[in-house]
Amino acid sequence: MKLYRPLPLIPTGGVHVLELIAKSPLASLLPISCGSVSLSEDVVGCISLIASKKGQEAQLSGVLKAAHGMALPATNRVTGRAGARCVWFGQQYLLMGPEPDPSLNSVARLTDVSDGYAVVLAQGSEIEHVLARLVPVDVSRAVYKRGQTARTLIQHINGSLSRVSETAFQIIVFRSMALTLIHDIERAMQSVAARDRL
Amino acid sequence: MRLLCPNCGERDLREFYYQSTAEALIRPDLDAEDAVWDDYLHNRDNPAGKTEDLWYHEAGCNAWIVISRNTVSHDVLDAQLAARKRLSNEGKK
Repeated sequence: MKLYRPLPLIPTGGVHVLELIAKSPLASLLPISCGSVSLSEDVVGCISLIASKKGQEAQLSGVLKAAHGMALPATNRVTGRAGARCVWFGQQYLLMGPEPDPSLNSVARLTDVSDGYAVVLAQGSEIEHVLARLVPVDVSRAVYKRGQTARTLIQHINGSLSRVSETAFQIIVFRSMALTLIHDIERAMQSVAARDRL
Repeated sequence: MRLLCPNCGERDLREFYYQSTAEALIRPDLDAEDAVWDDYLHNRDNPAGKTEDLWYHEAGCNAWIVISRNTVSHDVLDAQLAARKRLSNEGKK
């Protein structure tokens, strides 16, 4: 017989309501590893979508630098570091980590999308071989360097792919695609690991 | 086929969505005659050679792009953001 934990209840004004427990998008799926490659969830905290006001990218970059210590990234680039990163995200930008400083409102429009995206850190010496099976851009170290990002397809999912170190990539997809993403990457990891055993 | 995106560079065709000829950006005036609107909406050239089309970089930077390419040789000749192209079209009506 299966034993259940008592449900966490919060007393509010005479009635008890269920206490909902927040879960990160990949909490039940990661970490996993296979061969040399491992996937873990990057729980980055706050994620804000930044849309610059028309023609004010230079001012936005200055305000971002003063408030969070990183300039606005150029097209296909990432600025900052783990914990406080700004990622070029198509025609907009993602600020990942810190709560956005109110000063940004003067030059940009901000949207809190913290719960909208799943963020994966994929790392290992053969990570390029795994991604080569999924992504239609050349991710080899010679042409896809640290600090570079692309909005592209990961198998069939629209996503953002950034190289954050020599052997690690950050992958961002919509939260609703989390299970499919992990399924696809895990299969590619297994295929690459199987070749190593031949 | 690989197409050119002004933001992302050369990318695989599967990242793009085809919309129509780039003539769609040259919209007639609201009070233009019916014949002009009919031509704008329904009559399309079918050139053998250079053609300009509207594409959406759906699985990439989400930009609308005007790509000119050669339908005979399949060369991709040029790509620019539709927003910018539309501004330069303003005088062509």
